[in-house]
Amino acid sequence: MRWVCLLFPRLALEGALRRRPDPEAPFALIDGPVQRQCIRAANRAARERGVRPGQALGFAEALCNAPLFKAPDAAPLSKAPNSAPDRGSRSGSSQRLETAPFDAESVERWRRRLATWAYGFSAQVSLHYPHALVFEVASSLDLLGPWPRLEARLRGELGELGFSHRLVIAPNPAAARVLVNVHDGLAVDENGLESALATLRLDRAGLASIDSDRDILQTLNRSGFQRLGELFALPRSALARRFGGGLMRHLGELRGEWPLALDYHRPTPRFSRTFEFDQPVHAIAGLAFPLKRLLQELSVFLVGQDAGVERFRLQFGLEGGSVQHVGIGLLAVQRDPDTLLELARAHLERVRLEGPVLSLTLFAPRLSDYAPTRRELLEGPARQAQAWAALHQRLVARLGESALRPLVEHREHRPEMAVLNGAGPRARDASAGPSRPGWLVPAPQRCDGDVVQLLAGPERIESGWWDGGDIRRDYYLAQWVDGRHAWVWCEPGRQGWYLHGWFG
Amino acid sequence: MPAATPLDALLPGGGWPPAAISELLSSGAGNGELALLWPVLSRLTRQGRPIVLVSPPGAPYPAAWRRAGVVLEQCHWLDVQGREALWATEQCLRAGCCGAVVAWLAQADGRLMRRLQVAAASGDTLAFVHRPLAKVAEASPAPLRLRLHRHAELEVLKCRGGLAPSRRIAFGGGA
Repeated sequence: MRWVCLLFPRLALEGALRRRPDPEAPFALIDGPVQRQCIRAANRAARERGVRPGQALGFAEALCNAPLFKAPDAAPLSKAPNSAPDRGSRSGSSQRLETAPFDAESVERWRRRLATWAYGFSAQVSLHYPHALVFEVASSLDLLGPWPRLEARLRGELGELGFSHRLVIAPNPAAARVLVNVHDGLAVDENGLESALATLRLDRAGLASIDSDRDILQTLNRSGFQRLGELFALPRSALARRFGGGLMRHLGELRGEWPLALDYHRPTPRFSRTFEFDQPVHAIAGLAFPLKRLLQELSVFLVGQDAGVERFRLQFGLEGGSVQHVGIGLLAVQRDPDTLLELARAHLERVRLEGPVLSLTLFAPRLSDYAPTRRELLEGPARQAQAWAALHQRLVARLGESALRPLVEHREHRPEMAVLNGAGPRARDASAGPSRPGWLVPAPQRCDGDVVQLLAGPERIESGWWDGGDIRRDYYLAQWVDGRHAWVWCEPGRQGWYLHGWFG
Repeated sequence: MPAATPLDALLPGGGWPPAAISELLSSGAGNGELALLWPVLSRLTRQGRPIVLVSPPGAPYPAAWRRAGVVLEQCHWLDVQGREALWATEQCLRAGCCGAVVAWLAQADGRLMRRLQVAAASGDTLAFVHRPLAKVAEASPAPLRLRLHRHAELEVLKCRGGLAPSRRIAFGGGA
């Protein structure tokens, strides 16, 4: 068994930052009663300006909003504790501190989303430990390659999602969880486990949660114990007698001797996520950034479900409460975020907003089985068919379903119906009939002076009396004034020539 | 790519230049452009390669195309105009999966033709671009430029890698 523990030290902040158009602007999460709100977490830009957790909101705002002076004697601000030393060197511009209330519920939501993401690597994902995820990857290692490669992939995808993290892989989830307290990137197997755990300081070893009535940590410290290794060295009977069964059990879990019962996360098989705007958005272009984010999250979700989407819906929450729906249908099951974005963008180019948009919801009610086609494995015709399918999809997404037309031969005499309206049954016999021009002009045009000579004809086309679209025409191959070959007709017994096609 | 017309003998590569634009200049539809293209299009579609017509001068008449030997299932036409037509042509050329792309682009200038030429080269796709006679005097990056005169006669304006024959060539018979 190989268990990965991912620890997210800044989950609340980074979850909130993902929703902001400029994550580099000063931003902080605030907490506490309305009269005494304090900073709970701050992003880098805010920390550089001296904002620290625990500060009163008003104070932190003053740090960010006051103009920053270039001159080193900008003394009035220096009373800020831990103020950034490099403040004097930066330009004098000030940026307002943006804040949002800390929301424990949203942290949990993010953790569940990340669990869904991790589900892409493992069927055993647990949210057992706060701020962390543990999941079993032994079987994934067979599929996805050795641990360093999987580790790089996990880190890469988390980086893309914008979550800082620490991770450790260990033979059991309990050990992984405590080791990630002090390590990042540590990989231990059965043999190395005991020694890795032995060096762990007791206050980092997850002992606090063993027994809420007794402070085991304090008891151990008073007894002179510093590190886990010292406890491992004691005879077990003595350990149990002096410190209770809870500690015994915890140590057993860490060493993998005592199985840990975990609840496993089961993701929901549909996707719905909303992006709220601070300011109403008036143009489609303004939706590009949130759309990209939402599609990224959709893609992560789909990978976790081992599924794709064939269609999804965008809902624009408009000012005034109404909702505009845009359905996006794909020709094939997709889940690659860039492909989804390209297709959605092409689709949106043809959409007019019905009003200022306050929120954007991406809704994928049904997932489809996704069979990834490995491009490099396909050869010749299969590869070409795949490329054609992708091109077809791209053209239809941008130009609309009706722009890309097939050529279908119908058994119908009237040229307009045969070519333009697709009436009648499909022609089955490939027998040669009278000659037809390569091009049909959409509507016959009067062309009396342009025909200089009739080269072949007439061919009487008389049809359609049964559906009211009856015609009675004599068609000729004619030479145009400039030498081109045209298909023209006149009605028997009447004046006037009409151009109806070209012999290319 | 053999053109299956008297042209083959005259062109340096023995046919249409592959992975490049062949430019056809004419006063409009009906100058025998299909008699010129149908042989190569029918061969490509019979090999199972899709072909795309971008903003053709009229609706292709299926019966006529089938009779010319073109496999209709492989034949697609895009009824779009203006910028969308240019975009679509470039996409089709770049995708590298089309047997041939035949486009009618009166709006394309020299810069756009260069862009399409690059797309045809990178997608390794046979391309035909029709433009009006007004563009005859304009410089063009297409390695082969043909001017279609009245029905079924053409003049080679430019062919890279060879001397352009000065006489007019009659090709393909009939309608």
